[in-house]
Amino acid sequence: MLIDFFLALRRHRLPVSLKEHLMLIEAVRDGVIGPDIDAFYLLARAALIKDESLYDRYDLAFAEYFKGVQALTGLDADIPLEWLRRQAELELTAEERARIEAMGGWEKLMETLRKRLEEQHERHQGGNRMIGTAGTSPFGAFGFNPEGVRIGQDASRHRRAVKVWDQREFRNLDGTAELGTRNIKVALRRLRRFAREGAADELDLEHTISGTARNAGLLDIQMRPERRNAIKVLLFLDIGGSMDDHIKLCEELFSAARSEFKRLEHFYFHNCLYEHVWKDNRRRISERTRTVDILNKYGHDHKVIFIGDATMSPYEIVQPGGSLEYANEEPGAVWLRRVLDTWPRTVWLNPEPEELWNYRQSIAMIRDIFRGRMFPTTLQGLEQAMKVLSR
Amino acid sequence: MRFEGSADYVATEDLKLAVNAAITLRRPLLVKGEPGTGKTMLAEQVAASLGLPLLEWHVKSTTKAQQGLYEYDAVSRLRDSQLGDNRVQDIANYIVRGTLWQAFASETPVVLLIDEIDKADIEFPNDLLRELDRMEFHVYETREMVRARHRPLVFITSNNEKELPDAFLRRCFFHYIRFPDRDTLARIVEVHFPGIRKDLLREALEAFFEVRDTPGLKKKPSTSELIDWLKLLLAEDISPEVLRSKDRKTIIPPMHGALLKNEQDVHLFERLVFLARQSR
Repeated sequence: MLIDFFLALRRHRLPVSLKEHLMLIEAVRDGVIGPDIDAFYLLARAALIKDESLYDRYDLAFAEYFKGVQALTGLDADIPLEWLRRQAELELTAEERARIEAMGGWEKLMETLRKRLEEQHERHQGGNRMIGTAGTSPFGAFGFNPEGVRIGQDASRHRRAVKVWDQREFRNLDGTAELGTRNIKVALRRLRRFAREGAADELDLEHTISGTARNAGLLDIQMRPERRNAIKVLLFLDIGGSMDDHIKLCEELFSAARSEFKRLEHFYFHNCLYEHVWKDNRRRISERTRTVDILNKYGHDHKVIFIGDATMSPYEIVQPGGSLEYANEEPGAVWLRRVLDTWPRTVWLNPEPEELWNYRQSIAMIRDIFRGRMFPTTLQGLEQAMKVLSR
Repeated sequence: MRFEGSADYVATEDLKLAVNAAITLRRPLLVKGEPGTGKTMLAEQVAASLGLPLLEWHVKSTTKAQQGLYEYDAVSRLRDSQLGDNRVQDIANYIVRGTLWQAFASETPVVLLIDEIDKADIEFPNDLLRELDRMEFHVYETREMVRARHRPLVFITSNNEKELPDAFLRRCFFHYIRFPDRDTLARIVEVHFPGIRKDLLREALEAFFEVRDTPGLKKKPSTSELIDWLKLLLAEDISPEVLRSKDRKTIIPPMHGALLKNEQDVHLFERLVFLARQSR
């Protein structure tokens, strides 16, 4: 009973277990729902899917199983506007950006796109096939394939409104989607490591009782230090230039890290690490810290997180004097290797989408220097990074 | 037994279905969702509408699974032994029942709420596997087995601060309460403020979603903030005209402090409004 459905879900890499499947069958048998596909969709979701970030994948699997519609995966499935916008921002040159500004800016552009989609929707309700929008006009100019934009799957054959699972309302909850501060905090929490150190200012009840017993009933009070998060983190943030596109994300990461770790030090650098870093971006010239001093000051047990897009000219990494800002005596790669030698627990978080990494030489080089420990700033990437750090 | 929502609580179809599945099979229902979407309220409302008593177990970071079962009060026993009290002979006198035991021992079925399970230690849900699955546990001190007379209806809420173990999840139904859409929200407000002026409600919701859609907010206002805000609007007798404007982006809604509870969010919002005004 429903075995194919179960297998279809498993094929979509949904972690459903036999126990849950039996629970679903039991619920169907006990008449929780009538013969209604919408109700079954909800019931199966409640019984089988235990994580809202998997709802989107479930919707796809459900649609595939119950309609035999070919599952659309990857980029052409259904691109949220926000994603399009971000993706386009990443790939546009300054010149193209200026052109968009001239056309009335992003708001205008997206407005047009939205209107198009609405029109599309109405026509679709009328029974026409849904096709990619905006094949002509402003969108062609911006380097993404407008044919790829699809809203929902083709439901018009049934002449009914789009089904719940076709609406895919949970797509922004997928694990690979953008981060909010709260999500980041949850991910960073993996790093927590509690230890007792410092002044003994907490009553140790267990030892007090056993001590008192051993003392034949005379009170023997034992104290111990409070339990604290003993993790020590150094944060190196790339600032300026190509990082401007990622400011919001970096701010979120930073504020989450701030509240999560008591012992957190942060430093800024530009593009690649050289002799100097700074703590206050407004006084980056006057108040610099020598990188050597940092290497010597903070012990090996610090966890180090670099945040940067690693997008630069390869010269900035390997060539002495390659820095954009001043003539550096030693290439950036040397400094990065020093960091890795000093702090074995070091990762690089890269806000650029992972798909782009292979096309940028400098990213590949830095990834190499970091022995593959570069992670995207998605929830999954962050979790992997924290796993590596806490090992 | 079926839950059909109640006069004080607007339940969407999917929520009702998940609740009814959990009621029929007597399995725990795990409820997640943004803060302020009525996760805790759900258990209260189910209990009220089914006419069952509600037992609440609020979990904190220091809560141990054992505390929900029972605790052995060694200190009073020690004191009683020094005072020569006869009760000291029977260890059962010093076993203090926890919430779960009370739920198991109840003569009638009860609704049990385990609130904010993710606040506790990471091992907490694992320690309750057998208790929630078989609805029984063993009391070591008195060598007695406690079994549930009636399997209680268990509601568990989580704010997603920690991941819950798979073994635990497999034993539950799961429902994610989404932030309500405009129509549901209007119904919710109607429940809290019966007979609220339609035009005021419309304008207020419009302004509320405007604030909620502000990009980059740290804490988006939720249903409970909306309710508080409306309460203020009604108390101050603010007319809908104040909320209405041709270009809504250029006004700051009155008492927006009730909606935005974070200083940075307020600054951000005011800055955006200010920018919108300038660009006009």
